[in-house]
Amino acid sequence: MTSSPAHRIDTPIVLDTDDDDAQLTDRLLAPLRSKSKVWYALLALSGAGMLLFVATSVYTFVGGIGLWGNNIPVAWAFAITDFVWWIGIGHAGTFISAFLLLLQQDWRASVNRIAEAMTLIAVFNAALFPVLHLGRPWFAYWLLPYPATMAVWPQFKSALPWDFAAILTYFTVSFLFWYTGLVPDFATVRDRAGSRGRRMIYGIFALGWRGSAEHWQHYRIVYGLLAGLATPLVISVHSVVSMDFAITQLPGWHSTIFPPYFVAGALFSGFAMVLTLLLPVRRVFHLEEIVTARHIDAIAKMLLAMSWMLIYSYVCELFIAWYTGDPYERYIFLQARPLGPWAWLYWAMISANVLAPQLLWWRSVRLSPLALFALSLVIQFGMWMERFIIIAGSLSRDFLPSSWADYRPTWVDLGLLFGSIGLFLFAFLLFLRFVPFIPIAEMKELRREIRGTA
Amino acid sequence: MREQRLFAEFASTGSLVEAVRRIRERTAGPIEVNSPYSIPELDDILGLKRSGLPRVCFASGVAGAAVGLALQWFTNAWDYPLNVGGRPLLSWPAWIPVTLELAILGAAIGGVIGLLVATRLPRLWDAAFEIEGFERVTTDRFWLGAAVRAEDAARVREDLAAAGAIRIASVPHE
Repeated sequence: MTSSPAHRIDTPIVLDTDDDDAQLTDRLLAPLRSKSKVWYALLALSGAGMLLFVATSVYTFVGGIGLWGNNIPVAWAFAITDFVWWIGIGHAGTFISAFLLLLQQDWRASVNRIAEAMTLIAVFNAALFPVLHLGRPWFAYWLLPYPATMAVWPQFKSALPWDFAAILTYFTVSFLFWYTGLVPDFATVRDRAGSRGRRMIYGIFALGWRGSAEHWQHYRIVYGLLAGLATPLVISVHSVVSMDFAITQLPGWHSTIFPPYFVAGALFSGFAMVLTLLLPVRRVFHLEEIVTARHIDAIAKMLLAMSWMLIYSYVCELFIAWYTGDPYERYIFLQARPLGPWAWLYWAMISANVLAPQLLWWRSVRLSPLALFALSLVIQFGMWMERFIIIAGSLSRDFLPSSWADYRPTWVDLGLLFGSIGLFLFAFLLFLRFVPFIPIAEMKELRREIRGTA
Repeated sequence: MREQRLFAEFASTGSLVEAVRRIRERTAGPIEVNSPYSIPELDDILGLKRSGLPRVCFASGVAGAAVGLALQWFTNAWDYPLNVGGRPLLSWPAWIPVTLELAILGAAIGGVIGLLVATRLPRLWDAAFEIEGFERVTTDRFWLGAAVRAEDAARVREDLAAAGAIRIASVPHE
């Protein structure tokens, strides 16, 4: 990957092209007709990963979760780590599409749909893990408050029904937001389709959109409202996830800093995932003029800012552990994590989440797609380790040393983790091929605003 | 009274806005303007009423919150009162997360349903789709459609052409 000229960074260009509207439309639609070999190769590779996920899931369904490394006291391990990791990744998508829309950050327009699709797929992936973890996943519907013949209801004072409500809402609202944004673009695909079959299929998804001024007026309002509604979800969903841990008594979990700390971590890993996906997409589909160096630079700066929010949380957590004087708190934070059997994991996490992002202070790093891509992978790995240390690490060293135990994942645990990455990429690649992944109408509107012409 | 529906294609928003102004003076009937992207300044020129959807969204959000609270009260305090360590049955602070989530869910679903009702979509066919060239309305062209009386049609056509219409088509209209 080549780095772009540095001078572009200082200009307010978010759409660096002289195409007219028709050319721009065709360019944004080109990936839908692309016969890229890279795409097929990646689809095959991620398809293999998806099959691994299916195989390990079926194996888990048949054999039960005894096939995993989990055991008392480490009853939560890989599956819950994977769940928190995936749902955290989703948060940056909503942040980009909703938060930045409300703040009228123009640069978000060309990256928002990719980020939203990332959110949807990541949240879907995340939701699979608690269901797998149930052991008897066919009873997952027991979480719903339905009038059962057993005459019992879910206990809403528990964090788990909160989680269920949060994830259900998050997925539904993210989907509605994403789909609403897509309707005018599906209409564009319909109207520029070559074949009758394509026209019919995209026509159905476009709902008969014809760009009427009255429709646009309602549409603008609802799209803005959905952005406003999705914005508190960025904060609330991961806060609720963190409460699964924070409302327990376990040292290392029981902490009031968890909600903001988890949200910061979620955005951190999510922005890293945006880079992981965006950099190759930009390269493969030649979108350097639409996703400019300025976008990449802005995301890298967000990543740096988030790393400092996370560092603040780490420091605060350590300080409070010391300051409480509570021996269990002090032990888990000041001994078990930095010096215990998983010390190597802890220090790897610190290197990935605290030290590595500081490279982003250098503009040359922010301008180098290759360096950013590598860094984004390091950060995601670091964030996975962070959740693992919090979840399995705390459980393995609770109050009584007599109940301590170590934890080893099995190949099924690893298969589900890597398989879920395959599933994620598989779904993302299909999205790239069948859905206009850069908002077409919004880009044209943005360009009209930038040029200020009638 | 015989009417016909005139459609005109424009290549720029400038000529579209000009045409809307001229037609507005000629006829009080509804004008439909179609564009590839949102053009906020058209709202005033066309005299569109402010969208009522924020109210719909707010009401459905309140309804979502009410359903959330009622559900938790009914299940945990009324129908299946379970004493957990002497905690109060009606412990509303513990119900806030679910209430918030259902408020947001209700508002979002209400807003989208409201949008579909207000725009009368999905509606896969429209008379405009039959006009040749209309398919460029989602790419780079702007269309104006207006119902005009047969005796005015010639003058309206002149207005449209003067504003810069690059194509004018008419469809009989009852």
